Amino acid sequence: MVERTPILNFLTHLILFVGFVFCVAPFAIVAIAASHNLKDVNDVPMSLLPGSDFWVNIKTAWTTADLGPKLLNSFIMAFGVAAGKVIISALTAFSIVYFRYPGRMLIFWLIFITLMLPLEVRIVPTYAVVANVLEPYQAIMDLTGLSWLIEKLSGMQVSLSLGLLNSYSGLILPLVATATGTFLYRQFFLTVPDELTEAARMDGAGAMRFFVDILLPLSRNNMAALGTIMFLWAWNQYLWPLLITTDQSHAMAVTELKQLIPNVGGAPEWHIAMAGTLIVMLPPLIVVVLMQRWFVRGLIATEK
Amino acid sequence: MASITIRGVKKNYAKTPVVHGVDLDFASGEFVVILGPSGCGKSTLLRMIAGLEEISDGTIAIDGVVVNKLEPRERGCAMVFQNYALYPHMSVAQNIGYSLKVAGVPSAERAQRIQAVARVLELEHLLDRKPMALSGGQRQRVAMGRAMIREPKVFLFDEPLSNLDAKLRVQMRSEIRKLHRRLSATSVFVTHDQVEAMTLADRLVVMNGGRVEQVGTPAEVYSRPASRFVATFVGAPAMNMLEGTVTLDGLSLLGDSRKLNVSRTGLAVGAKVAVGIRPEAVRMVAPGTAGALAATVDLIEELGAGRVVYVDLDGAPFSIATSETVHPEPGSTVGLQFAEQDLHFFSAETGGRLDVFKASVPEPAL
Repeated sequence: MVERTPILNFLTHLILFVGFVFCVAPFAIVAIAASHNLKDVNDVPMSLLPGSDFWVNIKTAWTTADLGPKLLNSFIMAFGVAAGKVIISALTAFSIVYFRYPGRMLIFWLIFITLMLPLEVRIVPTYAVVANVLEPYQAIMDLTGLSWLIEKLSGMQVSLSLGLLNSYSGLILPLVATATGTFLYRQFFLTVPDELTEAARMDGAGAMRFFVDILLPLSRNNMAALGTIMFLWAWNQYLWPLLITTDQSHAMAVTELKQLIPNVGGAPEWHIAMAGTLIVMLPPLIVVVLMQRWFVRGLIATEK
Repeated sequence: MASITIRGVKKNYAKTPVVHGVDLDFASGEFVVILGPSGCGKSTLLRMIAGLEEISDGTIAIDGVVVNKLEPRERGCAMVFQNYALYPHMSVAQNIGYSLKVAGVPSAERAQRIQAVARVLELEHLLDRKPMALSGGQRQRVAMGRAMIREPKVFLFDEPLSNLDAKLRVQMRSEIRKLHRRLSATSVFVTHDQVEAMTLADRLVVMNGGRVEQVGTPAEVYSRPASRFVATFVGAPAMNMLEGTVTLDGLSLLGDSRKLNVSRTGLAVGAKVAVGIRPEAVRMVAPGTAGALAATVDLIEELGAGRVVYVDLDGAPFSIATSETVHPEPGSTVGLQFAEQDLHFFSAETGGRLDVFKASVPEPAL
């Protein structure tokens, strides 16, 4: 029921406004702090009127933390993860919804269960695998005596090794699988009328043709929504990049922010830290602004 | 142009049989309508011909080639779906041309063929539109264009008119008929609407409960229904059915309350039968007329050109269709009269037709 009375209108707007202030105030404070100089930012209480050193601080933050290459790294990683998730989850959902094979539902639920195992929970085994992707195979060969046999026969010792530490693949691949995405696509595919599938079959389109020509264009809102969410999620990853990138050339913008945070005994340069934060916040903000229209449609509406 | 031969075709979903052994032959270029109530297996049969549904048992052959194991695209069939099933993200031209695109036809030739089809269906000015921006009738035409462009051997229609409003349905009906005359491809049309079936069909297949009840021209099916089911299903208002027993001098109807004098039935005395009489074959006469059945008027439905009078015959509902301008008052008594040769006899047990009188039309060629 929708009621429209002036008092209720006022009240709802008031509530909206309070919520808005709660959301935006921290960002406003960050932006204001980023515009002060060293002395003003450490005043208690800090002045809420913007200072004049905004661009100076931004420049200092940019050079101190070497944010240029870091932002590029972050972008490559976040884009890779988002694109990977969009493609993989579309394919898995396609397989689960459109093909009949034994164990189909079991596989679906197995994928679903991984929702309960986020990266933080399985970080040690994941690290081990990324450190040497072939480790499990080595273990299997050792256990079955296969490597012993090969050593006896050829005189060569089997030692499989493919490390992905300090690489983009190592950053991206462990984050690419996603139950959420599979589920989102599955729900969408289930709403696509069977007659469309049948019409495509009558028109002579095979499974992949149908997927590419019909299903993907129909799910572009979904892809935009999923891509946006996953881009933000990947951009904000902290633990995983911190763990596997020891090399500065693969460091992420978000993890490198800590360089700007004043150390104990160092100068309390919070204005620089805040300026750096603002820079790192910007790319996801741009993505959200650009994708917003599709994003909302993908989450709420089914086109028809 | 292709003939279709269906032999002993069955369909089971899990363990439940829905089509129990169907044998049919469709001649090349024929327009066949499969008519039946919902759930009778008519759509399933059509989808088995199309290749969208696996055939549990039996064979379907198109032009003598058994197609049981062939993919839909290899069968040379095109299908028009009930909900049109247009691709929502493609323009009309892309929708129509999609099968050619899949088949790898060069785009110049494709555009030319799309134009040709659009001209026939009067869709030329709509080619750039999306299906969302079309009316129901236009969508229907796009769906037909999509089927036509492949120049299929067989056209399959799965209740394509049931989503249209009454006026458009009549219009599309004649367009489909014209189209068939023009393309003369073998067409199989599934519907539950008997008017559609009667007007479109060269030959009518009436199905019920997964079985074929009767095959024949619309006139044959109407005038010599092969079973009690066909008799009541085809024709509107439905044929009146009265239970009765054969007596020495005719029939006793409705638990012996009414007698009907019928000569030369040739049926064994005491046999239980169902007697059918079309509402169009009943005449209303003054009550008390010799040989007429007296009934009480319940309700009159005015149809403009004629009217349907619903009467009560000792509790049994009975209807009379008449074009005379008679206006009996509800509650009044009327007499009902009909000619002997208009009676249809069906076995009370099997529901099959009992041939009592001489056939008024030639035996249908099955």
